[in-house]
Amino acid sequence: MSDQARVLKFQIFRYNPLKKGDKPRMVTYEVTEAPGMTIFIALNEIRETQDPSLQFDFVCRAGICGSCAMVINGQPDLACRTLTANFADGEITLLPLPGFELIGDLSVNTGKFMRVMSERVESWIHDLHADDVNYDALEERMDPDVADEIYELERCVECGACVSACATKRMRPDFLSAVGFMRLARFALDPRDKRTDDEFYEIMGNDDGVFGCMTLLGCEDYCPKDLPHQTQIAYLRRKMALI
Amino acid sequence: MKVIYTDSLVIGGGLAGLRVAIASMQRGYDTIVLSLIPAKRSHSAAAQGGMQASLGACIKGDGDDEDVHFGDTVKGSDWGCDQDVARMFVNTAPKAIRQLAAWGVPWSRVRGGDREVIINGEKVTITEKHEAHGLITARDFGGTKKWRTCFTSDGTGHTMLYAMDNKAIQLGIPVHERKEALALIHEDGVCYGAIVRDLITGELAAYVAKATTIATGGYGRLYSVTTNAVISEGIGTAIALETGVATLGNMEAVQFHPTAIVPVGILTTEGCRGDGGLLLDKDGYRFMPDYEPEKKELASRDVVSRRMTEHMRKGKGVPSPYGDHLWLDITLLGRKHIEKNLREVKEICEYFLGIDPVKEYIPVRPTQHYSMGGVRTNATGESPTLKGLFSAGEAACWDMHGFNRLGGNSVAETVVAGMIVGEFVADYCAANPLKISTATIAHFIKKEEKKITDLLVRDFGENPFALKAQMQQIMMDKVGIFRNGPDLEKAVEELTVLHQRARHIALRNRISSSNPELVEAIRVPKMIKLAQCVAYGAMLRTESRGAHAREDFPERNDRDWLRRTLAAWPDDSTDLPDISYEDLDVMKMEMPPGSRGYGVDNIILHPDSEKRMAEIEEIRKANSAAGRFELQQLLNPTPIPEKFKGKNERIGRGYK
Repeated sequence: MSDQARVLKFQIFRYNPLKKGDKPRMVTYEVTEAPGMTIFIALNEIRETQDPSLQFDFVCRAGICGSCAMVINGQPDLACRTLTANFADGEITLLPLPGFELIGDLSVNTGKFMRVMSERVESWIHDLHADDVNYDALEERMDPDVADEIYELERCVECGACVSACATKRMRPDFLSAVGFMRLARFALDPRDKRTDDEFYEIMGNDDGVFGCMTLLGCEDYCPKDLPHQTQIAYLRRKMALI
Repeated sequence: MKVIYTDSLVIGGGLAGLRVAIASMQRGYDTIVLSLIPAKRSHSAAAQGGMQASLGACIKGDGDDEDVHFGDTVKGSDWGCDQDVARMFVNTAPKAIRQLAAWGVPWSRVRGGDREVIINGEKVTITEKHEAHGLITARDFGGTKKWRTCFTSDGTGHTMLYAMDNKAIQLGIPVHERKEALALIHEDGVCYGAIVRDLITGELAAYVAKATTIATGGYGRLYSVTTNAVISEGIGTAIALETGVATLGNMEAVQFHPTAIVPVGILTTEGCRGDGGLLLDKDGYRFMPDYEPEKKELASRDVVSRRMTEHMRKGKGVPSPYGDHLWLDITLLGRKHIEKNLREVKEICEYFLGIDPVKEYIPVRPTQHYSMGGVRTNATGESPTLKGLFSAGEAACWDMHGFNRLGGNSVAETVVAGMIVGEFVADYCAANPLKISTATIAHFIKKEEKKITDLLVRDFGENPFALKAQMQQIMMDKVGIFRNGPDLEKAVEELTVLHQRARHIALRNRISSSNPELVEAIRVPKMIKLAQCVAYGAMLRTESRGAHAREDFPERNDRDWLRRTLAAWPDDSTDLPDISYEDLDVMKMEMPPGSRGYGVDNIILHPDSEKRMAEIEEIRKANSAAGRFELQQLLNPTPIPEKFKGKNERIGRGYK
């Protein structure tokens, strides 16, 4: 810890589409750095002491809920767990996540996108008997390794970083994106989901699905949870190509 | 006037809210969920360590059942809980977890054969039964006799919430995101839905419903440092209070978790200690066995938090620029275990502290974590005073936690209460046609419109951010882990002043659509009212019970205080809530008040305790041939919905 606290310079994208006549612009704010300061702490300080209209989204502020992905100095990441100390020159540029509907400033509507994605991939266990399960009786057994493998793929927090980093998504507005593929891979792996490969093909066997991926793998590079996007997309593509 | 009609309105899209919504939808009632945020981002997702359910599949859970879970829960609550509710809960928890398994949660499973674990700082080999291979396993948690906490790594809440929300999506339940309920619509003691503000457009709408369920979580953000998400501000609880009709229960019962990281207050799961982690002081000395020789680091949360605070007061804390802290040592668990079962903890340490917990100690301190208090309900989840208003999960004082919640009983409550209360919500929808005048709806909308207009036109006044910060500091300094009369009196006084000042908030950003300052201005007066309920209730409760520890009244006083605090705010022009009390009936308890087994017992007995004990003994003798189920029915008949009455199967034991 140095004796003299730095003054950080934030360049923040500002635009409120609901405010008549408002225009997109970058605004500079200065914040005195505190030890252990995160972008979450800095943005709240700006809102409380400098500009109460500044919009952004945080919920858990612990890197768990996926609310706060934004573009930080050109790279999508979770703002809540990004320490300001990581930026040697003290200059931090913040932009809203591209690829999503803008609500205002740094706030984007990832929720709407993710609900549509979940409906599209039918993000639930497909088993006609799942609702008739006798929950008084012992649960169905599962191999411990299989349970662990499913959890590996279920760690996605729907932050949207993969979508914003995807060049294919930029060209194909309806591209399912890595978050959708990861969800499909998770259910394809799960023995409780009785869907056949043919049924999965119906969902992703086209150019807006897994065959559209240009394999630039921004998803792999920017996933804050380090999910194995590359492996899973390759796996799904091979599985679908065999149909 | 925009009016949306539905049968079942659920405010809050976390585990409890979604489960209630699923129940009413599956029973055929039109259902809408309101959420401040996308449902999958709810604070339920942050539950790391696990869910308690007495499956007894892992070897260290052998012999576990509903009765053992019941005993732990009642003791954990320091006899403050409603034993009917605790009974319903423990009997239903195994069903809830098995249903979630069918809905997709990848619960960690038993692996038959030998495995190495850390118990009491030592490496021990335990042998899992081969016949249990592939069943749901469990880890150790504080205050429990058996290893009962089922988990998926340390992302339990995340996987539960994802399965639950996916199920809701499958059923086509609409979740109206970025909507905030500002007030409940009610008339003649019946609730008919809520006035709701769209957080993007600012538009107000009336959501009119037969049954309304508040499932908005806890009120941790009344404190400046808390493990809770930023949305855990208790607003759902506050709008119930503001009806003047509904009551809040035990608001002074606030839990402090032993191990949040310093300074930001992010949680490291109890699973760290459950899996064998230790608490160390500035000398690297393991101090908990000196205070609690039996349970050590795995005493109940309230006990461990107090012991840590005591130890720091003796000068044994590690000094830091943010005040003293202690160390959580999980290095002894080894890299493989940490990277598999404590990976969220590892990530949090890396990102927020810049340390590797495989090699380094984690700086921790007790921090606000859970709200036992909330909207008072009866065992069916309905407010006893406002018909048609239900509540479930942390937002409710259903009251299975009393004055201290056991780790792992929180997410368990959300899904179990969701199941049980959801059935009663559906019953209510079936029995009650909607009868409400549009004039009443208009009255409530206009009232909220006026409040917002007043805020937008006022030129000078109080800053809502500043008021909130002052409230949070008062709660931190004067209504914390250890409490005393003079501090609490001062807190009540200071909060009352804030309450008055909060009537004159003015904004710098005066627009009615998406506006974080307006959101704050709407919430802060509500939060201050809740803070007043907490502080005032704590001031009046002149005993120590569970997480409510009074230095000037260290004894648990069953004689005078075996009662639940009820707060109501019938007249909005007054500066303090009305406080009244509801006695707990010892003569109906399945488990009369006794010792929790921590430290030296310091209890003023209730005159009925011995009487009830003798009565139970007689019932047992007179029914010596009765099995545990019959006996439980005799001692504590509970209103469990018919579909959840079945016995639970366990490996090696069947349905016994």
